[in-house]
Amino acid sequence: MNRIINHPILGKSEDRKRISFTFNDKTYEAYENETIAAALLANGVRTLRVHEESGTPRGFYCNIGHCMECRVTVNNQVNIRACLTVVENNMIVESGKQHPNIVKRMVEQQ
Amino acid sequence: MTDVIVIGAGPAGLAGAIACAQSGLKTVVIDEFIKPGGRLLGQLHEKPSGEWWNGIKESDRLTKEAQDLSVNIRCGVSVYNLEKEANKWSVHTNKGTLSASFVLIATGAAEYPIPLPGWTLPGVMSIGAAQVMTNVHRVQVGKKGIIIGANILAFAILNELQLAGIHVERIVLPEKGPLSGKAGVPNEVLKSLTDASKLAPSSFLRLGGRLMKSDGLRKMAIKFFPKNGVKMNGTPLLLRKAAVEIIGDQQVEGVRVADIDAEGKIILGSEKIYEADFVCIAGGLYPLAELAAVAGCPFQYIPELGGHVPHHSEIMETPLDGLFVAGNITGIESGKVAMAQGTTAGYSIAKRAGKGGIIDDLLQQAVQNVRTVREQAAIQFHPEINDGRKKIYEQWEELYTKKQNEYDDVKIG
Repeated sequence: MNRIINHPILGKSEDRKRISFTFNDKTYEAYENETIAAALLANGVRTLRVHEESGTPRGFYCNIGHCMECRVTVNNQVNIRACLTVVENNMIVESGKQHPNIVKRMVEQQ
Repeated sequence: MTDVIVIGAGPAGLAGAIACAQSGLKTVVIDEFIKPGGRLLGQLHEKPSGEWWNGIKESDRLTKEAQDLSVNIRCGVSVYNLEKEANKWSVHTNKGTLSASFVLIATGAAEYPIPLPGWTLPGVMSIGAAQVMTNVHRVQVGKKGIIIGANILAFAILNELQLAGIHVERIVLPEKGPLSGKAGVPNEVLKSLTDASKLAPSSFLRLGGRLMKSDGLRKMAIKFFPKNGVKMNGTPLLLRKAAVEIIGDQQVEGVRVADIDAEGKIILGSEKIYEADFVCIAGGLYPLAELAAVAGCPFQYIPELGGHVPHHSEIMETPLDGLFVAGNITGIESGKVAMAQGTTAGYSIAKRAGKGGIIDDLLQQAVQNVRTVREQAAIQFHPEINDGRKKIYEQWEELYTKKQNEYDDVKIG
């Protein structure tokens, strides 16, 4: 469990309705009214996408919408910030994919 | 018809909206986060009185006060452009275009990143990201963390992580370089901590703050700074160690750290790896001012205020008619100062909108209140804040007030 339930000052976190969503075809549980980034981290998922060119893994960085590192595809809409978007029941979330860069691959193979 | 559009539902924006609405102006507040409160939401610290400053409660209080005055608060709305069309400001958002005679930009601050090899690995985040995950979303950022960067914001959030039971193993400096600047030089870091020692998070620094005003003593302190660091509520602060690389295959596995001398130079052969599953980069805050730039507002670089700030007066006007600013966009200070500035901006807008009565008195009181709150602030991100404020207000006098007077003279003459 990756959630902070009890807090000495903020108190016990309120009971929220549980919903389910998928990320890269796997089903996860989330709380209602939380962001996609928070729900995935609570499920132990840190990698939200791969860099379009290099293919290296990326997670959230600033968590408040500035850095654009957490962009994912939500219900087929690309470039949605996971840190600002509330997860919804049955939402389909996907990481982006590495884009082909044929010229670079050719150079690498030489 | 909307009279005022406030961009940003943090302490400055909400306080500004409240002052506008109290003056009879129809006000909308937009914010791209999922709930109002801005960076207030993450704040949690014990005041000298022993009471807790709970940012979530403060946000709820401001939100309710605004809503009771019929302020329309809309979350999940992102602004991407701002322009003046036919005497009105058009605010273009992902949910359509809004327009009003007055706009208050209260977008707050963002964090300076400190790029270092490996910083794009999942598990590396800004210190503010960890704060929001912990206090707002109540999700653990990891089991064992390292903070890179020793500054007031880092210490405040370290304390919050500790409260929530998140284990931070150590705090180290970034490697000295063009991007980390003074943050990588132990002497400079100790100096800035000394200057800010009013709120020092540990008794060591509070005590040290008074002692280390002298350059000689400070250099000595760095020379003899304990190798294992000074513990801040259990987490060692290592001023003589710098992070040179974050390592990991698919996510953070550790940080490669080297010993450094008092000027930040790496001591060869001293590298070792500290294990971690999350890393927080604490580079400090800068005013988040893109929208003022997009609107066409002129800027000035004032390091004491945290970076580039839009030209503005003490009553929060900008040179662009109908455009006002408040909060950290005008310089990095505490949430309380932001609130006081927001109130000032709100009354300033009301005055500009032709609201009579006691508005002049209210505005004067609000300006005075900003000064009082600033003097009493426990958290001072930039010790020379007063110098910075003086610079920007003097510049305003020089560029806009004097010119306006000359212009008026010509007109009258």
